[in-house]
Amino acid sequence: MSLPAMIKLKNRPVDPEALAARFIALENHEITHDRLVWRMRTNRDEAIAGVPDWQELRELASQIKEHTLTHLDDYLEQFEENAKNLGTIVHWARDAEEHNATVHEILKSHGVKSLIKSKSMLQEECGMTPYLEKRGIEVTESDLGERIQQLSNEPPSHIVVPAIHKLRTDVAELFAKNLGTDGNNSDPHYLTEAMRENARPRFMKAGAGMTGANFAVAETGGFVVCTNEGNADIGASVPPLHIASIGIEKLIPRARDLGVFIRMLSRSALGSPITQYTSHFHGPRKGGELHVILVDNTRSDRLGSDDFWHALKCIRCGACMNTCPVYRRSGGLSYGATYSGPIGVILDPGLDLSKYRELPFHSSLCGSCSEVCPVKIDISDQIYKWRRVVAEKGLMRVSKAVGMSALGKVLPHPELFHAAELAAESALAHTPRFLLYNTLNPWGKHREMPAAAPQTFRQWYIANRRPK
Amino acid sequence: MTNETIGTVDFSESAKEKKIGLFIPCYIDAFFPQVGIATLELLEKLGCSVEYPLEQTCCGQPMANSGFQEDSAATEAHFVECFKDFDLVVGPSGSCVHHVRVHLDAIDEAPPVRKVRDSTRELVEFLHDHLKIDALPWAEFRHKVGLHDSCSAVRGLGHTRPSELVCKPYFSKTRELLKKVRGVELIEIDRRDECCGFGGSFCVTDEAVSAKMGYDRVNDFHRHGVEYIASADMSCLLHMKGVIDRLKLPMKVIHIAQILNGGPL
Repeated sequence: MSLPAMIKLKNRPVDPEALAARFIALENHEITHDRLVWRMRTNRDEAIAGVPDWQELRELASQIKEHTLTHLDDYLEQFEENAKNLGTIVHWARDAEEHNATVHEILKSHGVKSLIKSKSMLQEECGMTPYLEKRGIEVTESDLGERIQQLSNEPPSHIVVPAIHKLRTDVAELFAKNLGTDGNNSDPHYLTEAMRENARPRFMKAGAGMTGANFAVAETGGFVVCTNEGNADIGASVPPLHIASIGIEKLIPRARDLGVFIRMLSRSALGSPITQYTSHFHGPRKGGELHVILVDNTRSDRLGSDDFWHALKCIRCGACMNTCPVYRRSGGLSYGATYSGPIGVILDPGLDLSKYRELPFHSSLCGSCSEVCPVKIDISDQIYKWRRVVAEKGLMRVSKAVGMSALGKVLPHPELFHAAELAAESALAHTPRFLLYNTLNPWGKHREMPAAAPQTFRQWYIANRRPK
Repeated sequence: MTNETIGTVDFSESAKEKKIGLFIPCYIDAFFPQVGIATLELLEKLGCSVEYPLEQTCCGQPMANSGFQEDSAATEAHFVECFKDFDLVVGPSGSCVHHVRVHLDAIDEAPPVRKVRDSTRELVEFLHDHLKIDALPWAEFRHKVGLHDSCSAVRGLGHTRPSELVCKPYFSKTRELLKKVRGVELIEIDRRDECCGFGGSFCVTDEAVSAKMGYDRVNDFHRHGVEYIASADMSCLLHMKGVIDRLKLPMKVIHIAQILNGGPL
């Protein structure tokens, strides 16, 4: 895959394994996180059990996305034309820098100093908030989870529930520091109300509201934002200026295709039939201004990649994260990236291979992600293929590379293999315990080593079944 | 994990007349010879003609799974060389058979390679789909058994309907086979097909997560009163046995071949 010029190849790799170990060591966090996130998975199971044609819907959703992506240029132009006809101002951004500069330009030309935004993974991906803050613009997240993350100075740990890795006592502590609440009161209603009181004046004084988009409809030029808190709607309705950032892969051809995707999105994410708010935006409201920024930021590169273009079908439901046993044990922050969980493992290396080279190994390849994906992305296969890319580019960690290359030299030769096997067995049988169970042997940290067998199967076979 | 090569060769007729190559994965050879013995004896009892090629080592999965396509090529070539003259290849390991059928592509797809890949079967599917066995008169196992379907067996080879596909009718080839054994009491657990966390080299490179997954999995079986965790994948069991022994729990692991054959334990 070719990497765009904006990406620094020398970025230090994230170490998800070490970060996950730290999360697990917190214990209460990991146990609660696993329980809550798994509950979203079982809620999803129950919700789709009520949709008998779920598998057909998945196939249909996948085909609509594949069709759109293979005709993306046409649909983008169609969307632009129809959006303009509705009075929307359309911008194009090749990469994160162009996106951020465009946003800044619009805000500057309107004299906006304060911005209220709803959740947008794309704006996270572009690093928009720090960019604007550096230029003197106050940015407030209006989604409760995102606001918690913003106050914590952390990226979202989950696509749908950004602060799911935190205990409510963590939130109480955070709000006590930032909003002056009682740090010993972790009642969710109390904390939510405190945030509500704090957010209201920010909505009222904001000069602009920003949203992302879940779907952009080519035939109408409109777009759809799905939230459970209604925060996107206030942001788009109170300030006179609304700016929406839309990744070019969000296109769908027709309004009626929403009938497929809206049915799937929230059932896959949380197990609810639909999000509380599904808002359709068709042009600016009376007296207001609506800007849409269509963003590429490596999506075209990915579209040209035989192995990885299917990841562009993603509708950001988070089902793969909820089902992922590794994600549930690790917490989303251990991925050190905008996108965490299985979808992050296949998206992030495309944004910065050097930095995210370890992510494809942060997976047991159980394959559950591919089975829950509502648009049938072959996530697990793509993780497997990213491992190959990391190896081919010579980016494999030395500790991983050495053993494998040695194995690759022994295993093709039966005589070497059988000698090594016997040596290992003898070593296992005669090694003192303190040598087997030390910090240099990761297996032995939490597990006992297998006992050596007195005889290999091969030896038994030779002794008991003489080959003809 | 899609299993694109399943079903390309039909063995349903006269499976017993075929010349079967017994594929015993490297770690079973070294650590669990009794599983190899059980597999061989079972196939012999069922009237199959089985031979174990002595030169076999490994299918190449450990390297390929870790991204080292090049390093697995010679091992894959050797695997094909060992098994190319058999009508079919049967092995008691979901993950290894999954590698051979779905991922053995570090070497060119020459006719012998294609033949070996197409004709390799995991023990459970061979017994269920091809031999279509209906009785195991010799088998008796009076224990509370928790079934661990490995991820490659469930989602890779289709042994069982995965829990994610709630809209499809439930089936489980492994359960069907275990039901033919007198005395087996199958115990349901909370998370039926959650990964145990073995994952090949993942179990050491991602030690903390792998171990936590293993502890959670083993505890799920333990709190439901399971005496034996049974599986068609010894690699998962190797990992879970390590956890059981460390936690000193009153549980054992057993390969399904040992139950179906009536030992050896």
